[in-house]
Amino acid sequence: MDSEVLIGLEVHVQVTSLRTKLFCRCSSNYRGNPPNTNVCPVCLGLPGSLPVLNKKALEKAIAVALALNSRVSDKLVFVRKHYFYPDLPKNYQVSQYDRYGLTPIAIGGSVAVDVDGSSKVVRIRRINIEEDTGRIAYPEKSVLGSRYALVDYNRAGVALLEIVTEPDLRTPREARVFLEKLGSVLEHLEVADTSLEGAMRADANVSVAGGPRVEIKNIGSPKDLEKALNYEIARQLNIVKSGGTVERETRHWIKERGITVASRVKELEGEYRYFPDPDLPPIPIGRELVEAIAKSLPELPDQRARRIAREYGIGDYMASVLVLHKKLCDHFENASRVCGNPKLVSSILINEFLRWVDEAGVDVPSGITRLSTDRLCKLVQYFESGLVSIKLLKEYVRRAVLEDTSPEELLSKGLTTLGEESEIERVVEEVFRENPKAVADAIRDPKAVNFLVGQVMKKTRGRADPKLVNEIIRRRLAEYGVK
Amino acid sequence: MTLPPQCTQLSSISIKTLRRRVEEDPDFLFKYIEEVYRVIEKYEERLRAYITLRPMSDVIREVENIVKRGKLGPLGGALVAVKDNISTRGIRTTCGSKMLEDYVPPYDATVVRKIKESGGIVIGKTNMDEFAMGSTTENSAFYPTLNPWDLSRVPGGSSGGSAVAVAACEATVALASDTGGSIRLPAAYTGTVGLKPTYGLVSRYGLVAYGSSLDQVGPIGRCVEDVAAVLDVISGHDPRDSTSLKVGVGGFEKYVVGSPLKKYRIVVIEEMVSEGVDEKILKTFNSVVDLLSKHDVTVEFRKMPLLHYSLPTYYIIAMAEASSNLARFDGLRYGIRSDVEGKLWVDVYRKIRLAGFGDEVKRRILLGTYVLSEGLYEGYYLKAAKVRRLIYQEFTKLFKDYDAAISPTSPTLPPRISEVITDPIKLYSLDIDTVPINLAGLPAISVPGGFIDGLPVGVQIFGPPLSEGSLLNIAKLIEGGGCG
Repeated sequence: MDSEVLIGLEVHVQVTSLRTKLFCRCSSNYRGNPPNTNVCPVCLGLPGSLPVLNKKALEKAIAVALALNSRVSDKLVFVRKHYFYPDLPKNYQVSQYDRYGLTPIAIGGSVAVDVDGSSKVVRIRRINIEEDTGRIAYPEKSVLGSRYALVDYNRAGVALLEIVTEPDLRTPREARVFLEKLGSVLEHLEVADTSLEGAMRADANVSVAGGPRVEIKNIGSPKDLEKALNYEIARQLNIVKSGGTVERETRHWIKERGITVASRVKELEGEYRYFPDPDLPPIPIGRELVEAIAKSLPELPDQRARRIAREYGIGDYMASVLVLHKKLCDHFENASRVCGNPKLVSSILINEFLRWVDEAGVDVPSGITRLSTDRLCKLVQYFESGLVSIKLLKEYVRRAVLEDTSPEELLSKGLTTLGEESEIERVVEEVFRENPKAVADAIRDPKAVNFLVGQVMKKTRGRADPKLVNEIIRRRLAEYGVK
Repeated sequence: MTLPPQCTQLSSISIKTLRRRVEEDPDFLFKYIEEVYRVIEKYEERLRAYITLRPMSDVIREVENIVKRGKLGPLGGALVAVKDNISTRGIRTTCGSKMLEDYVPPYDATVVRKIKESGGIVIGKTNMDEFAMGSTTENSAFYPTLNPWDLSRVPGGSSGGSAVAVAACEATVALASDTGGSIRLPAAYTGTVGLKPTYGLVSRYGLVAYGSSLDQVGPIGRCVEDVAAVLDVISGHDPRDSTSLKVGVGGFEKYVVGSPLKKYRIVVIEEMVSEGVDEKILKTFNSVVDLLSKHDVTVEFRKMPLLHYSLPTYYIIAMAEASSNLARFDGLRYGIRSDVEGKLWVDVYRKIRLAGFGDEVKRRILLGTYVLSEGLYEGYYLKAAKVRRLIYQEFTKLFKDYDAAISPTSPTLPPRISEVITDPIKLYSLDIDTVPINLAGLPAISVPGGFIDGLPVGVQIFGPPLSEGSLLNIAKLIEGGGCG
């Protein structure tokens, strides 16, 4: 098809579960430190310093490779990838490569994703272990108009996994779900906390209608990935439609403005001068190590989806959505055990909670602190006792997520489906008084009762339980001698 | 032991003598230090062995502190001259380059830490070819170092400063580095003993890299015994260096005895004593071979045609690695600063690197960049890596039949100042007999084998990995005599 969209991703994940950086003993938790305080001769690339591998990083990478059905190499080989940039202390990055007889840590693999009910398999091309760079700060927020640049090397040397897909994704939505799923696999493996700022970054390659590949860099979350791709695809289609040609280029996603812009400087293509890092001799990877790691793999999202669908009696699709976020799924399991009614809990979390989390731009973990297990249980309880209708329930979730308001508070403010009979009776009395003709009609014709019910519902602004209203009206009419 | 005219009896004593005399009389150490500084005072202005010399008062204060704490350790207060590409905490480490003229490392190289822990005192940082790229010490960005035997000649390089400091008794011993002969060549040209250890025997942590897969730190001394004493201290596994071998430490001093510890079978590789070797050097070399034969050592000749490829192989690998290792010198974090205002980052880098590096360094970075480039990599770097493996295999086969090999260290006598520096091929050819050893990661020692026209001639002995003990033993047979 002519307007076919091809999307491939290069995902960079920080191995945030490691205590130290990839090649030195500086903390891998650089966040919140004053600039250039989480550094040493090694990660600053001082003359004479040498890298020593953090062996735990290798184990984590193997676990990821196994979880993504990837083939683990029989040796770990590091290469130097050269380019001059101020955030790169040595002006080369220790990484991996797949040519000249060199090998990345893992090749091949696949991830199954369910996108709005239909499933597909996204192939993984390869997985690299490499070191993260430092960060450049511009006084004017961007290089444009800034008279100088500041560099912070606290992040330099943190262990990264680069996971590259084949161009198997077709829509921005698919790309988003894939990235969520990948993040969830990493969370289940306890490799990375992807909710941390900068812990999971993606570059996307997009081509539209057989056009050239455009790379979009600097995408920080699954949601931004969807937005950036939507923007970029529309941009490329517009160019094609108006008879222009799309240029092969690298663009940057500007989150704040919701657009992609062409990079100011042409990226070096292919002149990275890869060669094996002589400071890091290849390390053989024993089959025993790989097998031991395989045996100790925790439950992964796909297995978990099958289990929770069965165990809690929720639908397969619901289960597949829940496992896209490990913490959401943990929350679901916990709340279902504490409050009961897993179907309601899953429906609240998927249909309401996720929507408002998305809308408010808060991440799932902070959303969860707002819709805590306690609050979820209260909601289930209110619903089951008829205090709140399904419609009101949605309102409760919305306000919990957006305003951090507790169910108790909302209830005390009178946001309730009217459960008290006396209250409804008072309203019914009013309606009868104001509509004598309708009452007379209803006495003659039971079908006309509906009008009175409607009036009561209108007066209660829909908060009354229509069944109860119906019952009270009939009881009242009976007093007039209606059967 | 024949010494150049700068040395006095007191300034030329060995580590062992120093240790013994200090044990008898703690004040002797101060007398010794003062004597060495007297020599420096008198000759350093001409020789220029040092880039940074510590003031005597600093050294004396450090020694007083050590003496107060008690034991002086196996080095007994020896004054150690350290090549200026080995990091010293608080003492600038320039690598002989403008680029690092003001760079003061915040940490000690592992070898420096070990020297200090064993009672060695760093006396200063020695002159060298910029980033160890050169064979004459004329490529220093600051000034050349002169040969103490003949001030019109070069001392060899790249560790010319270390070799001259030791030869002229401006230090007790020295640390240097050897990527393709940088310890052995200046040792040969200055009449000192220089040892390049098996790759991985001595930690590289803190040694500013030139060719990482070739570089080794090693000692230079006036006698074999001193070299063994320093090797004892600096060798051994270092968890900070991933290429460091997991082997035990020390025990080398016991090999320094005047008789052979076994019935050695030694080989001469014909290619190393044929083309391009100075006749006079060959004569000295042959007399050394005769001397060894008297020690009940068998000497045989073998061919190794593959060695014809060792120079190009070496330079491709060394330059490729150098272009990568030297990428970090951009003036942003340390080193020369310049108020660069460029429109693009690349302009900033260009300006700083043009100003900071000398011509030979630029030449090697450019060539190294070239051989690693897309489309050329396979024809140059990969091929060189293959030849390197073959050379290693040839040596492995050879050393199944022999305990060690022997050759001249250099095919020529020390060139005159400016004689070879303008011709890279001539310059690179000085290393013809030393580079194959680095390619194979083997240990080698250069020991004085005699004198021609008042100039020292070095003999190189090399062997299979971790054969330092045998090499020291054989070197001692050649050296004969005492150790000051």
